[in-house]
Formats: sequence, C-alpha cells, structure tokens
Amino acid sequence: MQIKESPEIFDAIIVGSGAGGGMATKILSEAGLNVAVVEAGPFFDPGNPEQQTQLKWPWESPRRGANSSRVFGDFDAAYGGWEIKGEPYTRKVGTRFDWFRSRMLGGRTNHWGRISLRFGPKDFKHKSVDGLGDDWPISYDDVKPYYDKVDKLIGVFGSKEGLPNEPDGFFLPAPKPRLHELYYIKGAKKANVPVIPSRLSILTKPINKDRGVCFYCNQCSRGCSVSADFSSGTCLIFPAQKAGGQITLFTESMVREVLTDDSGKATGVIYINKKDRKEYKLSSKIVVLAASACSSARILLNSKSKIHKDGLGNSSGVVGKYLHDSTGAWRMAFVPELMDRKIYNEDGVGGLHVYSPWWGDHSKLNFPRGYHLELWGGMGMPSYGFGFNANDMNKFIGGEIGGYGNKLREDVKKYYGAFMGIAGRGECIAREDNYCEIDPDVVDEWGIPVLRFNYTWSEHERQQSKHMHETFENIFDGMNAKILHDKPGEDKEYGLAVPGRIIHEVGTTRMGNDPKKSVCNKFQQLHDAENVFIVDGGPFVSQADKNPTWTILALSWRTCDYIIEQLKKQNI
Amino acid sequence: MNRRDTIKSLLLGSAAVGLTLNSCVPAAPNSEIEKSDPPLYGRTEEEKIRDQKILTSEFLNKHELSTIAVLCDIILPANDNHGSATDAGVHDFIEFIVKDLPSHQTPIRGGLMWLDNFSNKNYSKEFVSCTNEEQLEICDQIAYPNKTKAELKQGEMFFTRMRNLTLTGYYTSKIGIEDLGYKGNTPNVWDGVPDDVLKKHGLSYDEAWLAKYVDQSKRDVIASWDDEGNLLS
Repeated sequence: MQIKESPEIFDAIIVGSGAGGGMATKILSEAGLNVAVVEAGPFFDPGNPEQQTQLKWPWESPRRGANSSRVFGDFDAAYGGWEIKGEPYTRKVGTRFDWFRSRMLGGRTNHWGRISLRFGPKDFKHKSVDGLGDDWPISYDDVKPYYDKVDKLIGVFGSKEGLPNEPDGFFLPAPKPRLHELYYIKGAKKANVPVIPSRLSILTKPINKDRGVCFYCNQCSRGCSVSADFSSGTCLIFPAQKAGGQITLFTESMVREVLTDDSGKATGVIYINKKDRKEYKLSSKIVVLAASACSSARILLNSKSKIHKDGLGNSSGVVGKYLHDSTGAWRMAFVPELMDRKIYNEDGVGGLHVYSPWWGDHSKLNFPRGYHLELWGGMGMPSYGFGFNANDMNKFIGGEIGGYGNKLREDVKKYYGAFMGIAGRGECIAREDNYCEIDPDVVDEWGIPVLRFNYTWSEHERQQSKHMHETFENIFDGMNAKILHDKPGEDKEYGLAVPGRIIHEVGTTRMGNDPKKSVCNKFQQLHDAENVFIVDGGPFVSQADKNPTWTILALSWRTCDYIIEQLKKQNI
Repeated sequence: MNRRDTIKSLLLGSAAVGLTLNSCVPAAPNSEIEKSDPPLYGRTEEEKIRDQKILTSEFLNKHELSTIAVLCDIILPANDNHGSATDAGVHDFIEFIVKDLPSHQTPIRGGLMWLDNFSNKNYSKEFVSCTNEEQLEICDQIAYPNKTKAELKQGEMFFTRMRNLTLTGYYTSKIGIEDLGYKGNTPNVWDGVPDDVLKKHGLSYDEAWLAKYVDQSKRDVIASWDDEGNLLS
C-alpha cells in the first residue's frame, strides 16, 4: 500500500474549516473529542502581518487593488474564486452554474458580507404556505435556541423589530446610517419599502475579553486583524485551540473520499497533501463533512464502495440534487443631491448599516418567494477603477464631458460619494433538476473526479428579478436619483445574476424524514451511514430570502450537540 | 526582513518552486530590481511570484513610455497644491497595469501608434517631439467625446482610456488621495453624519431609531442581555 497511513484514530475528522467546520471544531473539541480538521487551502490568520491586507493603502498594491490576481481585488480575503487553476468543473450544455471556492483556513467566512439573518418560521415550512418546494423536517422552534447561542457566542448587531418572519435575536446595538443610507431610507419610504438597521456579525461592543471592537474601517472583506467581525478562524478555531482542545489542523490537504467498512460505516478519509502530491489516510470514529454544499456532495459521490455503490449516502439518488443559490440583481444610480459633498470619514462598518427585509404580499404578486435589499455607496477609499469616466454625469447637469487638465480634479471631487447601488437577494425554489454530479470524463490536478453542473432559473426567479428592478427604480425615484443603465429585459432574464454568483450554494444533501427522498435526517446525519454528518449548507431544504451563514452555524452546533449525546448513549 | 532580503527571498522563492522563471528575469542591474520591489501587502507565495514576474518583464518600450508620461501630465498637470500625474508615479502604474491586465495592451500600444501617425501627418513629427501647443491641439480633437470628428473616433477611444488610467492611477496614489481628501482607512469611531451635514441636506435621525444605535460612550463595555434579548449594558 502506497497510501501513507497515520496510526492515530481521531474521534472525529472535520472536512473543511468554514462556518460549519469551524463550529464543529469548537463544539466537538470542547466536549473533549480529539478532532482532525482537514482544509484544502493554506493556513490563514487575518492578523498575521504576512497575510494582512486590512488598513493597506491602494498604492501598496502595484495594480492598485485591481482584480487580476484576486477575483474581488488585491485586498480581499478570499484565496480562490469562481475559477481555480488546476481545479476545474464542467457544465451541461445550455446551462450555467459558477462555483465559488475559497481555499484557506476559514473558507469563505474570511471575506463574506457578515450579513447574519435568521430564517423565520415561514422559511422552514414554505411548502405549507404556497405548495412549492418542500418543508424542512424541523421548524424555527428547533433552531431558535441555537440561533440565540450563536448570537451570544459570535456577536451580531441589529435591532428588535418584532417582524413576523425576521426573528429578532440577542443584538448588539447598530451603527447609525451614513448619509447615502439616510437618502435610501427617504426613497424607500416613498416606495413603501421598509428599512431597518442591518444585522451584521460585527462587534459594536465587546462580547468577551478575547476579541476586539470594531474600529470602523469598512474593510471586513479583508479580514479583521483584531477579530472584531466573524470569521471561522478568529472566532471558532483559534479560540478552541487556545482553550486547549485536541485539534490537529491539516492544511493544503484535499479530501478525496470517505472510507467505509463492510457494514457501511465510515472509518476515515483519504486526502491529498497538496505539497508533496501524495495520498494520505486518516482514521476516525466519526466524519463530519463541512467542505461546502457542492464539495461535500462531490466527496460523497466519489466515495463509492460495495455497500454504497452510487456514492456514500446516495441510496436515494438525491446527493447533488436540489442545488440552489440565492437570486441576485442590482442597479446603480447617481444622486445629484450628494454632489459636492463635505468630506469626512464615513467608512463605517464593512457593509451596509441599513437594509430592507422582504415586505411583499405574494397573493398580489406573480412570483412566489421574496427577496431582501442591500445597498452601497459613500465616500470610500479609491482603488482601481476610481475616476473612470469621471465626468460622465455632466450629461445630467449640462457640463462638458471628457477633457483634460486641472478641471478634472474638480469633476472628481464633485461626484465623489454621489453614487449608490441597490441589490436584491432572493429565494429561488429548489428543484430536483438543478444539480451537480460527477463528470465521468474529467479529473482535477489531484486526480479527483470533478463536478458537472446543470442549473437553470425558472419563471419564478425571472419574475422576481423583474420586480426587483421595479423596486430599485421606485426607490431611486424617491430620492431624485438618476438611474444608470437600462432596465434589463426578458432577453437578459431581467438582470438575474448567473446561478452561483451570489455564493449561497445550498441544498445538495438535503435533510428529510424519508430516506428515499433525502440524504440526511433532521440532525444532518446520513440516512445511510450513522457516523457521517454534514454541517455545511448542503442539508438546507430551502434557502429563504436570507443569507445562509447564521443558519449553517446554528445547525452545525445543533448537530454537534446531537453527536455528543449519541456518543454518550453509545449509539454511534 | 529588510527590502534587500525580501528581494532575495522572492527570487529564491521563485527558483525553489522550480518554475522556469530564470528565463523571465532579465539580467537587470540591482537598482532596477529594487525599484520594482513590491511592498508587503499580504501576498500568497503564488501571488508574490506573479508580481515579481510582471515587475521584471517588459511590454511597453522607452518611446511608448515617454509618450505616456507626456500624456499623463497633459491630463493631470500639477496645480498650486498638488503634484502632477507623473509626480504621483502614474506613468509607472500604467507601465505595470498594461502588463497585469492584458486587455489594455493592444488598445494602448495601438493608440500610441495612432497618435504618432496623426501627429506625423499633421506636424511631420512624433507626438513627443511636438511643441506643447501642438500637443494640446491634437488632444483637443480627441479629448471631448461628444465633439470628436467621426474619422478621429479611434483617437478618442484611446484618449478616454488614457484619461481613465491616469485618473485611477493618480487618485490611488498618496498624492491623489491627499488631493481628494479621503479621510478614512484608519481606526476611528463612527457616530453618525456630522450635524452640519445633516442640516445642509435637510435630514435628521429618526427619533424612534435613536435607541437602536450604539452608544459610543459605552463601546468598551461587554454586552449583556436579559432573557428577552434586551441589551443591558
């Protein structure tokens, strides 16, 4: 046998170190389990001077932050993107899904938007409301205690609003809106769209003595050197290590498959060490997959054995199916009232200070599921692209376009901070025919068979996107803004982002009570192998018009409590 | 690690991973390498290699670069308070970005040829050899998108690209950010829009919302809640 085998038998192997994997690392290690965390990317600590991008100036990058090296620009804390060299994926003809991966400790939690929304009671039982998709086998009441615990452990600012499907939590106080956000509130009011303080996992007050408080640099997407926002490394894995947990980190180690014995139970994993390009075997009593919805599905489908002929956990044939991403559309506008601004520091937190939760009444609309609105604008730090077409807006006020000389300095200042964008993020209906599967012909550079995607939007999502654009226009009109670009028509799917572009992939290993129609049970335990659990977005039955991270964290914690309880009862 | 050590380790690093990088690194004198030494800005090993590869490669030639420098300072000359585009190193930025983003290469290189061609036809000399007055005469014909003669449209496209790159290079430089007056990228405490700004815009914070906002005088007090989620501290 050429595979290098480690003699140690871990209590649990956790595959992936993002939100779900980080939470599992913390909860299981604190319960005394000896855990191995296997991460496909390198070690990352946003406070490490060698890796830190926070508080860098644009001129410190020779490309001034352009996105030719990193997909969201030089200073963004995602090592990865929609395309990764040596790690391809394919698509079925005529369909498209763009698959984002962050290859690093902490995964996508390092650069994400920190928007931390609970799913509401309706979101777990939406089939009962409109007959579409499926209900979850759990309800809001099952998850609520864990949302509460996540709020207190990690910290999230927001406000108690008492809205029916936007549950309140244990909130830190919210930052005051910026000037463009006050304009947004004005426009939204006229358009009858509600606005409330946003809910972001950023510390406006300390929650313990270990993490710093936000110092308002606006750069959460770069990772926070004082751990004032949530990332899996800084808030879960590092504290768990500090607390003395038995945690062995395997970085740059890409799991290929889960190994099982003759009874069908998992015995460990095989991973490829990216540095020496050799295969290694790790053994454990429990395997917890947290590699991301699609990566975990890929690992399961590549884990074929005598007992699990179609892949581990796939006796139902459901692994990979019901893949869904949030819908997305956006629009920008020029706000004449924000011209010639007084300049002051309005960086604020990394992201929006206010947002609009869904308000619509579907009995009066031609699409079934809602969306929330996000916005951006303000006098941000310039980076590559700043100053392009600097005086194009002169067309609205009668000035000259183009030109050269010192007049351009005045133009640049005149329009600085006078632009705003609004984006919609909505729920799509999970469908069996939106899926990822193993491409029979293609492997990546590690020899691992890759995913092939099949994904299309339906009329539900197209009509929702059309409505988003109508909303953008109504709000912008209410602030006397000049809307840029034309409203996208039917030929452009009404501006719907390409599937996968919102980076909320969920649903590929859905939970359910019926083993013939679902991959795992309501505790995210495989129906087909009792010692394998999935704690990423894979088990989601539906995505809601929210963001998935807070629910991933809550469900991962819930699953870990279940694992500990089952171990105590010696059931696994 | 000092600058020289950084350079050494960068070069060693690239050799160590076994890329055929040696052929890409010209036998440049030390000073040139030093000039192109990138600052520490959180690069992965792979990114350091990519940066170094770009920094030590050549795309635009001397004549092209000097034409770019002249254009940069026509687009953004110095004023009483702030330096010019070349004072801010914009020509060096353009030299780099054209290698970094290949989509710029043909439009910039071809645009420069177009400019010399136009200049030769009208003044029997290349653009850089023209007097400042002649240079501005040329720019006047291609700098104003709504006024360009149909047959000079390609020149306009080039000039627009040059203006975009010059402004973006300038306002992402230290000099440019000072000129712009951007005040952030530094630890601070956000406590809302200044009162005079609110007044000027006829806006105010909704009274009903005030209790929701962070009381910055208590920003260092550890949060605690009652069972209903009401903040107590």
